[in-house]
Amino acid sequence: MTASLARSSQPKRGKPFPTHIIVFLAPAVVIYGLFMIYPLFDSLRLGFFVQVTRGVEQFVGTQNYVTLLTDEAILQPRLLNALKNSFLFFAVNMLVQNPIALLLAAALSTKTRGGLLYRVLIFSPAILSLAIAAFVWRLLLSPLWGIVYDILKALGLGAYAQPWLGLESTALITLALISAWQYLGIPMMLYFATLISIPNDLFEAAYVDGATDWQIFWRIKLPLLMPMIGIVSLLTYIGNFNAFDVIFALKGADAGPNYASDTMMTFFYRTFFGSGFQKADPHMGAAVAGTMFVILLAGVLLYLFIRRRIRSYEL
Amino acid sequence: MVWNTDAGKKRLRTYMSGVDLRHLTTKVLKHWMLLVFAFVSTAPVALVVINSLKGRRAIFRNPYHLPTAETFDLVGYETVFEKSQFHVYYFNSLFVTLSALALILLFGTMVAFALAEYSFPGNNLLRLFFLLGIIIPIRLGSVSLLRLIVSLDLIGTLWALIVVYVAGGLPLAVFILTQFMSQVPGELKDAARVDGASEYRVFWLILPIIRPATGTVSAISIIPMWNDLWFPLVLAPGEATRTVTLGAQQFMGQFSNDWNALLAALSLSSVPVLIIYFISSKQLLQGLTAGAIKN
Repeated sequence: MTASLARSSQPKRGKPFPTHIIVFLAPAVVIYGLFMIYPLFDSLRLGFFVQVTRGVEQFVGTQNYVTLLTDEAILQPRLLNALKNSFLFFAVNMLVQNPIALLLAAALSTKTRGGLLYRVLIFSPAILSLAIAAFVWRLLLSPLWGIVYDILKALGLGAYAQPWLGLESTALITLALISAWQYLGIPMMLYFATLISIPNDLFEAAYVDGATDWQIFWRIKLPLLMPMIGIVSLLTYIGNFNAFDVIFALKGADAGPNYASDTMMTFFYRTFFGSGFQKADPHMGAAVAGTMFVILLAGVLLYLFIRRRIRSYEL
Repeated sequence: MVWNTDAGKKRLRTYMSGVDLRHLTTKVLKHWMLLVFAFVSTAPVALVVINSLKGRRAIFRNPYHLPTAETFDLVGYETVFEKSQFHVYYFNSLFVTLSALALILLFGTMVAFALAEYSFPGNNLLRLFFLLGIIIPIRLGSVSLLRLIVSLDLIGTLWALIVVYVAGGLPLAVFILTQFMSQVPGELKDAARVDGASEYRVFWLILPIIRPATGTVSAISIIPMWNDLWFPLVLAPGEATRTVTLGAQQFMGQFSNDWNALLAALSLSSVPVLIIYFISSKQLLQGLTAGAIKN
């Protein structure tokens, strides 16, 4: 009794270091540390080694990275191509998914009959796996079945009907659009949640002063949404820079045609496990992962830098 | 603005009628747009499910028609059940997802309780330690992770997936749960302590209070685990340990010309999930909304 009283009067200064805190922390710290943090840093370390013989590794400094950046036969062109494609994949998602999500959220955040049903339906593809959704679209886009072609013709756009997934010029953009289609509901819900948390009196005051819906959106809602737009952009960047499932499911590890849909993650997979045209090399794979690590971190730092510069409005 | 003059009243009237008309057009436009997107979001899967119930000829002749007595055919499903082990895939996915979720919730709440309740040296450092995992995807550690799983002799087992998903799911769970935990009123805990409750008992007592947060965490954690293709492919690709996502993906690669089988496999891997989603969608979306506002 005395012990517990002493603790309750001073609950935040437990000295000597109390065992119960360790009991609470240990399982999560051990599993997370062992299976996430350790592999991440150990992978970075492995990028600086090569395999000499079976089971024997040798430290070679930045040699893997140098090879990655200068090997003109395979690695360098593949890396640059994958890098370009990853950014393009991100850009398509950012420019297509983000504005549509914002528009839908803005519409849903005003009083809407059936609002919940719309949200449930538009969010529904996001719970499917990307590999499954990708296959659904492969069937719809198949010239054999011709669903998308029928629709284009009905809209008078028959001239644009092409086997998009199979063409070098359109494969990647089509895959990015499939991913944007599937995950549209997530940014929509994030924007929606932000919009409905804005107190109504802010708009009412503006209405009384004669502001239009449009003005209210641009002058009041959008500035308040800026922090969420930043977060969604960061999530889009992290999520899409690692795009793998949709490409692997439809195009395999070689990300055809002619590597046109190769992103950093499929490149990483190929380098790590090998493919018909590239031998498996875990250490070079680790170097590719290390490169991705740096690019991701640069993106996160850029986000933090911009967020600090932009005025944000607190409610 | 002065509204009680004649000119003022007239302006007010025109303004109000303009508002009404504009409101109506906005409303119509709004519903039209929402309908279009609701349709675009749901029609692809609906079309696949409808056609999975037809014979091959009907799939190509009239894909937009519901199956009739003549066109109804389950040949695709027969192929799927003959040539693959979908029930095994489902069991694997359920076992992995539910085990990992239970561990994420248990360990996550324990950490959140400790972080929110006690100020000990390294508290902030520990928060940063967990924050790191939200930003960096666990996939980037795959090279080393594969070695670790091999050396622990977990390769090709469902436990490999479970530990990796727990590790990958914990950071976000800890982040959300800590915010909820820090809102639990202190009096409650102190009252329990005065009554002689141990710290473990205090933790146990406040668990019911943070139940809404566990709903949010479950919603956010389950979806990526269930849908993951990368780790099943890297850590447990064998027939016996295939999850639904990997199993369906491999099946569809093999039977890419058998349209009946393709459509049936796609339906089998999406319909059960969609049914659960539609049943729980209200709570799920509310949970996501609450989670988003909190963060």
